[in-house]
Amino acid sequence: MAPAASILSIEDLSIAYDRDKYAVKNVTATVRKNAITAIMGPSGCGKTTLLRAINRMHELYPNISTEGKIKLYGDNIYEMPTIELRRKIGMVFQRPNPFPTMSIYENVIAGYKLNGIHLKRSERDEIVETTLRDVTLWDEVKNALHKKGTFLSGGQQQRLCVARALAFKPEIILLDEPTSALDPVSTAKIEDLLVELKQHYTIILVTHNMSQAARISDNSMFMYLGELIEYEDTKTMFTNPKDPRTEGYLTGKFG
Amino acid sequence: MDSSILQKRKAMIATTHFGVRSFKSRLFFSIVLLFALITISIVFLIIGTLVVKGYHQINWSFFTQVAPDTFDAMMANASGKIIPGGILNGITGTLLLVGLASVIAIPFGIVIGIYLYENATKRYAGVIRDISDVLQGVPSIVVGLIVYLWVVVDITKGYSVLAGSVALAIMMLPLIIRSTEESMKMVPTTLKEAAIALGTPYYKVILRVLIPSSFSGLITGVLLAVSRVLGETAPLLLTTLGNSSVNWNLAKPVSAVPLLIWQFYNDPNMVNLIWSSSLFLMGFVLLLNILSKWIAAKKSIQ
Repeated sequence: MAPAASILSIEDLSIAYDRDKYAVKNVTATVRKNAITAIMGPSGCGKTTLLRAINRMHELYPNISTEGKIKLYGDNIYEMPTIELRRKIGMVFQRPNPFPTMSIYENVIAGYKLNGIHLKRSERDEIVETTLRDVTLWDEVKNALHKKGTFLSGGQQQRLCVARALAFKPEIILLDEPTSALDPVSTAKIEDLLVELKQHYTIILVTHNMSQAARISDNSMFMYLGELIEYEDTKTMFTNPKDPRTEGYLTGKFG
Repeated sequence: MDSSILQKRKAMIATTHFGVRSFKSRLFFSIVLLFALITISIVFLIIGTLVVKGYHQINWSFFTQVAPDTFDAMMANASGKIIPGGILNGITGTLLLVGLASVIAIPFGIVIGIYLYENATKRYAGVIRDISDVLQGVPSIVVGLIVYLWVVVDITKGYSVLAGSVALAIMMLPLIIRSTEESMKMVPTTLKEAAIALGTPYYKVILRVLIPSSFSGLITGVLLAVSRVLGETAPLLLTTLGNSSVNWNLAKPVSAVPLLIWQFYNDPNMVNLIWSSSLFLMGFVLLLNILSKWIAAKKSIQ
């Protein structure tokens, strides 16, 4: 991978729950800009833990400790204010979680509202419309903008959550198995959306689903028992895996 | 399976008395049903008795006039008329006492409840939770005595609304703390994380996401706490005493519906007013309970 196009570098990162239970062990990797990077692996391999370290979500839980560095454009994220960092690195979760007390409209601009950033009405309208268009939700909800987001279907809710993350114009979007709670049609829509979005954003995607990684990602990481076993161009990894464990996982021998 | 075991089991099944078993089952069900019916019928008997004995005293003046003096009541009883006057001094007093108690207890209770939720496993939180449970167990007459010492003697130099409200607020506090903590726990962690992931400062996560998402739970807890102290009599006897007229001065004594019931009970001429006042109090509490159940069902998230 050409270093010139990299946006994020993970350097010797280890994450432990409690004292010695390492969920992620000595991971070093560089993430390419404007590409989709998939993190794969069997349950409990540390892929979600790694993803959540990138926007310092672990700091919510005091028993999790982190060693090593993550650099965004060369700056150590552990030295940035968390609020600023999380505005640059957005996140979409496994289950759609729009704010149930807010309307669709308010959910899209929730990032601004919750941070006390005042926008003019015209600016708000513009952000809501363009962002909802970006996630291909506009035509479905334009007549129901002031209804609660929880009335939407699961797939629509998840696209609303992507919109909520996008509205802040982050550099990177982290997605934690964003389609695992969705039906195949909604999954296809989200996948198409991610491929669209990589023109403007860098996407890091945790997925349990190998074929999803094969369909949409440019690069793939394979993790096993907390270690980064293999990190390759997705095509190379799927056609010619170097490590026998990667091959075993991809051919369905375990996982 | 071993064929001899199979034989034994078949024999066992063949000799089981299904008639006896289904009889036992029906007997057990009947006992459970009987106990449930007894419990329900007690509630209906209470309400029924209050309605039958109290309804004829309830009219417009019951809500607009203060409690009569014993002479008027005696004259009315002698001529077979209903007792004149009402319980306006009690109603306004109860509203004032419970309103001020809520103003004191709700902010404290919700802030402490949020603290307990946020720091669930810390040692201080455990201590506070235990103390709050102990507070809930303090007999209400003891709360009254202590508030008498603190407020009646030292602050208002006499029985007062303030003293009564402080006593009621102390009784509401543990209920609100617990219900706040419980309803915060019902908010999915993913919502909190979603807000955090947008770079939201933590105090705003609490104010703009956690509290609105658990709002119905908070309201329900407050309403139940209010309906719990609405009928408290013992602590009020020691802190606000009673008043024969309507009073809005917080430093002066005031009446309350349960206090009036106690006074009516002590006056043989006023017996009929006991029932109508109790009916009013019961109706009020029932209304709050139904309201809180309705809010819990209607406004809960998803």
